[in-house]
Amino acid sequence: MLEKFFNVKKREIPGGLWTKCPNCNNAIYTRELNDNLKVCHHCNYHFRLTVQERIDITFDSFNEMFSGILPVDSLNFVDTMPYSERLKDAISKTGKEEAILVGIGTIADKQIAAGIIDFDFVGGSMGSVVGEKIFRITNYARENKLPLILFSSSGGARMQEGMLSLMQMAKTSMVVGKYKEMGGLYISVLLHPTTGGVSASFATLGDVIVAEPGALIGFAGPRVIEQTIRQKLPQGFQRSEYLLEHGMIDSVVERKALKETLKKLVTWHGY
Amino acid sequence: MAIDKNEQYIDFEKPIVDLYNKIEELKRVSAETGVDMTGEIEALQQRVENLYRVTMKDLTPYQRLQIARHPKRPTTLDLISGVFEDWFEMKGDRLYRDDPSIIGGIAKLSGISVVVIGHQKGNDTKTNVYRNFGMPYPEGYRKAMRLMRHAQKFNLPLITFIDTPGAYPGIEAEERGQSNAIAESICLMSSLSVPSLAIVIGEGGSGGALAISVADRIAMFENSVYSVISPEGCASILFRDAKFANEAACALKMTSYDLLNLDIIDEIIEEPLGGAHRDKDLTILKVKECIQRNITNLLKLSEEERKMAKWKKYADMGKYSSK
Repeated sequence: MLEKFFNVKKREIPGGLWTKCPNCNNAIYTRELNDNLKVCHHCNYHFRLTVQERIDITFDSFNEMFSGILPVDSLNFVDTMPYSERLKDAISKTGKEEAILVGIGTIADKQIAAGIIDFDFVGGSMGSVVGEKIFRITNYARENKLPLILFSSSGGARMQEGMLSLMQMAKTSMVVGKYKEMGGLYISVLLHPTTGGVSASFATLGDVIVAEPGALIGFAGPRVIEQTIRQKLPQGFQRSEYLLEHGMIDSVVERKALKETLKKLVTWHGY
Repeated sequence: MAIDKNEQYIDFEKPIVDLYNKIEELKRVSAETGVDMTGEIEALQQRVENLYRVTMKDLTPYQRLQIARHPKRPTTLDLISGVFEDWFEMKGDRLYRDDPSIIGGIAKLSGISVVVIGHQKGNDTKTNVYRNFGMPYPEGYRKAMRLMRHAQKFNLPLITFIDTPGAYPGIEAEERGQSNAIAESICLMSSLSVPSLAIVIGEGGSGGALAISVADRIAMFENSVYSVISPEGCASILFRDAKFANEAACALKMTSYDLLNLDIIDEIIEEPLGGAHRDKDLTILKVKECIQRNITNLLKLSEEERKMAKWKKYADMGKYSSK
């Protein structure tokens, strides 16, 4: 449910002059990679974007809302380290308050209520704060008749908050359900990886669901499935293209086409 | 109340079983020799009762989990046949197949009709394989959704019994949209306005349990558990070794008492001494009382009041601080 679960290479974010693609192993000139929205032009591997980068490539402007909602260690949870320490680490490492940023973005002067999960913050896991912020931005979208776009990349529910985190699945699914029932357009964008309690709640409830190429999307992580069934998983299992083939998402959209696609979808639905 | 010598018992019950065996031995000797040992036997019986009570009171979360997973623990079908006067099982999701790990239908309780849905485990290897150990596929949740819509359409109260290690993690389950099935089920159940009660009777395993638990009221059997992840899973991920399941079970706050404290659940259904499997009739009586009381109370509210209360209940879930 966390980073190591997916064998995500920690230092795949381009830093130096050259960046090695973790998928095809080719060295890419970092500036070229950045100009290409961090997509490898050898193999189309989509590097992870930071929340700020995601905002920059998607919206013309963005105003954060509902900041200042902070996590608490209600269970006094201790595993290899206390949860409170883990939170401090995540805050100092990412400079963020929590694993989600919500607000109002604009694309071509259209206002859009949006939420972006930050995978770098405790694996993008959903605890009470992520649930509350999704709850508030979705209600805001309903009250102000705005379209809603949520970008997900998460290992699932945040185990360190126990049942409080599981209940965020109910809270977010309920609020998204009401928003849709009242006529709102909810577009869910699935990014690498989206699994567990996030994929089994609001992330798969979109009126329209799109995914970036090659994203791992599923309920159970591949290792858990392999251990359960004791056999090798098929090629491309749980990747965006596989979900498309099995009817679980509407479209696989290249990063460079994502903004245009979202703009089209929002306007075509009458916003 | 007695423990059969040949019956399976959990390790913490060993001293109690030993004392019982001693009592049996005394009775046998007394009968054979004609020596009156009534006093000794009664004293021992008193001792064993006390010991059992103290033991049960101080169980660790992991020990409670062993009771929750006990092969003799009453299942959804046991409770349905005990609690309701009659019932008609409704099978299939009308899309793919019938999933035997979630069952449901329409039942009669003191003259009123209710819709019942529950996870179903087996009680031996054969039935467990048939029931997939109570781990549903997407079609199980789609059947559950069909029954939820049925309850809403005919304005029937909905009772759900929760007892699953979790939704099944397998290739076909993923291909047929396990995530989406659970998400849709959670979403649908949260929107229902008929009176609803979820009772965790054994294992409440993560999203696979939540999918049919988003009710107006949530009750838990005293020795049942409800958790975001199994302690074994949590241990292998966070503690880096599955052998720390005991520690994980404590940390996760998964017992009925923990979850009542955290305001996740509304009430605890007390179990007979030793667990629900030690006295199924008493267990059934308590479940029946719980259902009748909750449904009666929920029926006193208007549809709108129930909807609003449910919205508030789940909106308030979570703990955070504000700057």
